[in-house]
Amino acid sequence: MSDNKTSVIARARGIIDSYQGDPIRIMEVCGTHTHEIFRLGIRGILPDNVKLISGPGCPVCVTPVDFIDQAVCLAMEHNATICTFGDLVRVPGSFGIPASGEKEDSKTARIGSLAAARAAGARIQVVYAPQDAVAYAKEHPDEQVVFLSVGFETTTPSSCLAVQEAKSEGLTNFSILTANKTMPAAYAAMKDSTDAFLYPGHVHAITGTGICEQLAREGSSGVVAGFTAKELMTALAVIVKKSQEGKPYFENCYPRVVRAEGSPAARRLVEEMMEPCDARWRGIGVLPGSGVKLRPEYADYDARIKFDLPSMEGRENPACRCGEVLQGRCLPSDCKVFGKGCTPEHPIGACMVSGEGACSAFYLYGGDR
Amino acid sequence: MQDTVTLAHGAGGKQTSELIEKVFKAHFENPLFTPDDAAVLQIPAGRMAMSTDGFIVSPAFFPGGNIGKLSICGTVNDLACMGAKPMYMTCAFVIEEGFPMAKLEEIASAMEKTAAEAGVCIVAGDTKVAGRGQVDGVFITTTAVGRIMDDVQTGGALAKPGDCVIVTGDIGRHGCTILLARDDYGIEADVTSDCAPLWTAVRNVLTAAPDIHVIRDATRGGVGTVLYEIAGQSNVGFSLEAENIPVDPGVRGVCGMLGLEPLYLACEGRLVIIAPADKKDIILQSLRQSPHTEGAACIGTVTADHPGRVVLNTEIGAQTILPRPGNELLPRIC
Repeated sequence: MSDNKTSVIARARGIIDSYQGDPIRIMEVCGTHTHEIFRLGIRGILPDNVKLISGPGCPVCVTPVDFIDQAVCLAMEHNATICTFGDLVRVPGSFGIPASGEKEDSKTARIGSLAAARAAGARIQVVYAPQDAVAYAKEHPDEQVVFLSVGFETTTPSSCLAVQEAKSEGLTNFSILTANKTMPAAYAAMKDSTDAFLYPGHVHAITGTGICEQLAREGSSGVVAGFTAKELMTALAVIVKKSQEGKPYFENCYPRVVRAEGSPAARRLVEEMMEPCDARWRGIGVLPGSGVKLRPEYADYDARIKFDLPSMEGRENPACRCGEVLQGRCLPSDCKVFGKGCTPEHPIGACMVSGEGACSAFYLYGGDR
Repeated sequence: MQDTVTLAHGAGGKQTSELIEKVFKAHFENPLFTPDDAAVLQIPAGRMAMSTDGFIVSPAFFPGGNIGKLSICGTVNDLACMGAKPMYMTCAFVIEEGFPMAKLEEIASAMEKTAAEAGVCIVAGDTKVAGRGQVDGVFITTTAVGRIMDDVQTGGALAKPGDCVIVTGDIGRHGCTILLARDDYGIEADVTSDCAPLWTAVRNVLTAAPDIHVIRDATRGGVGTVLYEIAGQSNVGFSLEAENIPVDPGVRGVCGMLGLEPLYLACEGRLVIIAPADKKDIILQSLRQSPHTEGAACIGTVTADHPGRVVLNTEIGAQTILPRPGNELLPRIC
């Protein structure tokens, strides 16, 4: 470790350790932050009056059960090939439907996860980027290929690019099932659960920092943070310091990547191709205007329209407290099924599936002990 | 000879003899390589170690090696972990019909070179040809015996609190190489497999410090899995210094992008060595002067606290638990 890095981290620790003021609740709104915070052991070194809450920033964790049900329906009833990020494969769909893949008695939507659908013979392809799904569609002209488009401002542009590519190539066998979300509505919904946001660096590299400044004017504090030990510790120290000044604040602690204006090109692309819509967040509910979907001129690439998918009423497992975890109202270990019925191998809630989910991080890094 | 392997090459007739003569004998020839049904060997007095391993790596050719080199390293390194000098080896091939003869030749050539470096004699072999699609390319199984050095006793149950934990080089390169070679991720990085025969390094280090407690080959599951296994076998805990764990920058970059932990990526030429703390410097000095172990580093200690757990001291001065080994990260890496 370089001396500079050591001294920055040591200075940040000094500021945090010596904090004597009122309790501060800090919400990290990014799955990668959650993972890094657990990996580095940051929670363990914070004083009692500084608490971290894992917010709704893991795209897999906030994807609602009815989205999984729809994806399963596309795979099973419409014989579509589903291309998806790996984490979504194991996310349970509606409660009461077996997610284990053991029951494959009917070829209907009574299958509770994409993993179970795959076991029952559906084509589920794991991809690492939407472009891989387009490439798959090109190579398999006989199959209808649907990419499961989840994620926030950071990943939405690449879904748009994939649709653009499919359109320019004249592909008629490619579409996307959107559950893309935007952060501002989530900040508004969460602002009473926290004293300061640790804003996600990747998201604000796209959106810029205007929204954060606006929230500060409205009374909600926060800092944009990077992802290294030095960047995270610095951001936390800034929160502790600023909190003592007694007025709402915003600081960009990740200036090497995040600029005030963000990425206008990426935003323009999304605005051209997508329009705002209401979106359901798993465990939280519908937040008006918190999602985006393809504009009508791209309807041919919108799987919901193309396959005339019915809207589905998802049923979450009543024992699962992911929604409260995502809002910082309880710890993962407060949930009755945590570590018992619900483990990374057999997840009940979405927060246990993704490596970036709060429950999974809590479980793997021994946060329950 | 034909350009590809056919079912006739496995039928036992003229073509089988031709395959053995022109490919295998050409590379494996030595006075003990048997033309008969079994090799006849002179066994020295003392304790012997024996190990067998099957190799199905996909792809069979990767930066830093191929399935042939891997099939020698994997088995001789297993013997080396017990302090045994590899002596005799057998190898069995299952080859898919249509496999290019030139590739088979390349594999045999890598085996010849690696066996020579490891000091092991290939004494018998078997060839089967399976129909197209029944195997993927070529699968190899190797079995070897070796003589254990006098006064050496290593084993996973022998780690003691206070011992130092050493890795013999930067970790995770083989697993990372295979992951990139599959080209599933569209990531390019300059990473080569660490696949290497380690007997010479082990002989040197055991000569310098015969009282080493544990030597383990950090193959499938990587260093993290090996440490959890030893923690269970010896009923001890581990305390690692995250900053001292050597990781190639390319591997670190790939892990960062894919959210992988280098401690769980496979190595094929890296050992975990656990020894009394007062031997740490002698061991590191010996390893740093031996082939394939120049990058050795002490990464932590064995502790009586938290038995069964591996704890990391992170760069911010906090402690975390290394998450337990989970689902299969990547099939067919060896």
